[in-house]
Amino acid sequence: MSDTTSAAPAEKLTKKQLKADHPTWCPACGDFAVLASFFNVVQKLGIPHEKICVVAGIGCSSRFPYFVNAHGIHFIHGRALPLATGISLSRPDLHVFVFGGDGDGFSIGGNHLNHAARKNVNLSYVVMDNYVYGLTKNQTSPTTPLGQRSKTDPRGAIDRPINPMAQLVSSGATFIARTHAAQVKHMNEMFERAIVHPGFAVVETLSECTMFNPGSFDDSNPRKGGVFDLVDEETQDLESIAAAMDLSQDLNPGKFGVYYETKRPTKNELEREWLTDAQSKIGDLSQRDLLRQRFASMR
Amino acid sequence: MSQTATQKPADSASDIRNAVIRLAGNSQDGIQSIGAFLGQLAGSTAQEVMTYMTIPSTISGGPSIFQVHLGSGEVLHPGDRADTLVAFYQHSYDGHLSTLKDGGICFYDSDSVEEIKNERGIIHIGVPFTSATIEAIGGSAKSRGKNIFVLGLLCAVYQLDREKLTKIISRKFGKKSEDILRNAMLAFDAGYAWPVHDIEHMPMAPGENDAENRISTDGNTMIALGLIAGGVRFGAGYPITPWTTIMEFLRSELPKYDGMFIQCEDELAAVSLALGAAYSGHLAITGSSGPGLALKAEALGYASMAELPIIVVNIQRGGPSTGLPTSVEQSDLMQAIYGSHGDAPRIVLAPKNVEDCFYTALEACQLAKKYSTPVFILSDQAIATRLEAFEEPDLEKHWQEPELDLSERGADFKPYPLDKITRHSPPGSRSSEGKYPVVTGLEHDEWGHPSGNPANHQKMTDKRRNKLVALAESLPTPEVHGAENGSLLIVGWGSTYGPIKEATDRLMSNGHAVGSINIRHVHPLPNGLGELFDKYDHILVPEMNDSGMYGYGQLATLLRAKTCNPAIKSINKVQGISFRVLEITNEAEALIAGN
Repeated sequence: MSDTTSAAPAEKLTKKQLKADHPTWCPACGDFAVLASFFNVVQKLGIPHEKICVVAGIGCSSRFPYFVNAHGIHFIHGRALPLATGISLSRPDLHVFVFGGDGDGFSIGGNHLNHAARKNVNLSYVVMDNYVYGLTKNQTSPTTPLGQRSKTDPRGAIDRPINPMAQLVSSGATFIARTHAAQVKHMNEMFERAIVHPGFAVVETLSECTMFNPGSFDDSNPRKGGVFDLVDEETQDLESIAAAMDLSQDLNPGKFGVYYETKRPTKNELEREWLTDAQSKIGDLSQRDLLRQRFASMR
Repeated sequence: MSQTATQKPADSASDIRNAVIRLAGNSQDGIQSIGAFLGQLAGSTAQEVMTYMTIPSTISGGPSIFQVHLGSGEVLHPGDRADTLVAFYQHSYDGHLSTLKDGGICFYDSDSVEEIKNERGIIHIGVPFTSATIEAIGGSAKSRGKNIFVLGLLCAVYQLDREKLTKIISRKFGKKSEDILRNAMLAFDAGYAWPVHDIEHMPMAPGENDAENRISTDGNTMIALGLIAGGVRFGAGYPITPWTTIMEFLRSELPKYDGMFIQCEDELAAVSLALGAAYSGHLAITGSSGPGLALKAEALGYASMAELPIIVVNIQRGGPSTGLPTSVEQSDLMQAIYGSHGDAPRIVLAPKNVEDCFYTALEACQLAKKYSTPVFILSDQAIATRLEAFEEPDLEKHWQEPELDLSERGADFKPYPLDKITRHSPPGSRSSEGKYPVVTGLEHDEWGHPSGNPANHQKMTDKRRNKLVALAESLPTPEVHGAENGSLLIVGWGSTYGPIKEATDRLMSNGHAVGSINIRHVHPLPNGLGELFDKYDHILVPEMNDSGMYGYGQLATLLRAKTCNPAIKSINKVQGISFRVLEITNEAEALIAGN
């Protein structure tokens, strides 16, 4: 589990180096902008190419790793966060990025989101929320608004949707932001702050499904006549759970920006502390001799 | 005979070679620790030991037993019938008298047991365990320590090595506090000195296992130690009986070896964390018991498809569903081999006893690395919780240094080459060509790109299966114990090893040409089994699982599929307890006689 960080400074990556397969997303899908923004931020931060690790579960947005030329892993539905936790804890030298949709993160993987967040695992997580199941072609998702029709709710959704921001705030995540795929500058800023944040950083990103949910986020898109209302960080107490909860009450269209940000020891640091302590007590003994000693105590 | 009786010389012909002692009480009485002390003593006095316990699946309380089989020579099973019963309560007495052999000895707590049945020549010896312990420790109204009192009593009756036993007790209690140790020694001495008038002392013959450095422990501990020796430095799990002690052990031990074990929110997270570490280039494990394995099934299908190495421990218990959480069964074999969606080949190994847990774990590590695929260790509740004494593993020979290969991958690197076994390029390793791979659960081509091409799916399915075919070809045919050919071959896997071996010996001494094998590599099965089976008239497969719709146990079904040998028959038992030797010999003799 030792740190394998290399000291050599990384050469700046070009977009060409970072691009892989052409995305399989539908024309004008919001996810294209998320991908472009990710490239921008990774380039800007100068992360060494081989240290980038892109993780995803299942869904349209979870196809992300195929479109990035970097180490990537496309896992099973809903389990991207625990997989990424295993990567982050066992390889502290890597930059772990998790991408996924609202079904993957808030429904089938909902339990993992709470636990990865409260443990403050060091990784960045972008939820590309389109309020619908897209890959399986238009079923109700956990964020589908009441009354919206889908193939599984032909009379309109009857189950109250989750409030993603309120859930994230109560989960124990240490960096929580909300952005919009049509607001590239804002999205870049949120992603960058999430990546440099030590600990569990999550960015809820409204990303329009032009196929099954067109116009869903127009009310927060000035180009479509909406209002992109920002969190005022001058007045907002970013370390207050209560203030973040207040912000989360109205998400129609609600505010964008950082809802909550605090410093707390990461799971990575706490586990490493134990490793360091345990090994300092052992001294110079080799691992093999340590096991020998263990056997001797069982005689 | 009282304590003052002269001791017999140690090698007297009348010394007993085997003693099966059953301790029956409640789970909070510390009867497990009596068993553990006797087990450790056996390990340090060249004797053999095997224990058996039942525990209620409650937090504290409820009837519980611990049975210890001590032997001067080989001990293969925890004992069919007890020679000595120690009953702490009336319910323990009533419930377990029938397990005592005719003419056996029953020590009972005369403070609690009031009704005695005179039957089958059993010798009853009433000793006030409770009040004598309270008196010995002095003033305390609590009866804590009566287990140690009983240990002292047994030490005197069986003339065990008192010095070594008190040393083991001091090592255990000395860590806690001086008071606790003092009380334990007072209780022990009182039990040791208790005058027993109705029986002769029964000195155990000296142990014959002259191996140096013998250790005594349980199967779960040996799996955990084998994993460490095999290079595992990351694990993740969720608590479930009887797997939990492995995760507790690794959680505390791995940090010392620069590794970590993470307790997760559920079984799905646990297998996913372990796969994350495996993808990152580490040798990782996850584990559980039956129901937990069902939850991990999807991710393990992924591991077969993505060709990630991972070690999966399943400590089987009675199923299905919550079933018998603290009892033994072997009903997860098919789940281990086939329990996934799609064609998802994986390797399954089963340890035969506590010592073998270490070597099975070690082999699992080697195979996971070599074939880059999931490897199951299929143990069971009996091996997991029982104590045995055996020679300490030679780490000079068996230590495997953990490796993390982050070397640069060249132009010829492909994550899924059709002509070679997959060797992943973990994140952090540079690519000389600047092209990085995606590890995936979608069917993919050699470069890891998703592909729905029909011919490609066939080729990749072949690739994943052929790894196991190659392994099967390299496996030796299991060694036969007993007759190399003849009327009957008994075939077992896992913890039925002991009773099968003893049954083989008894049948041989009754003049039958009987052999037996234990199959560690339950999937893929080793080659050569068909030819071996042809040398016998009958093949009998005892398994602790159900005979199902078609009359055969889970391994027997696979053996019939592999060899098409109609002589293969099953004996099945699902009672939450291991086979008794007699059950196997009876069935075997009936089969032979019917020939």
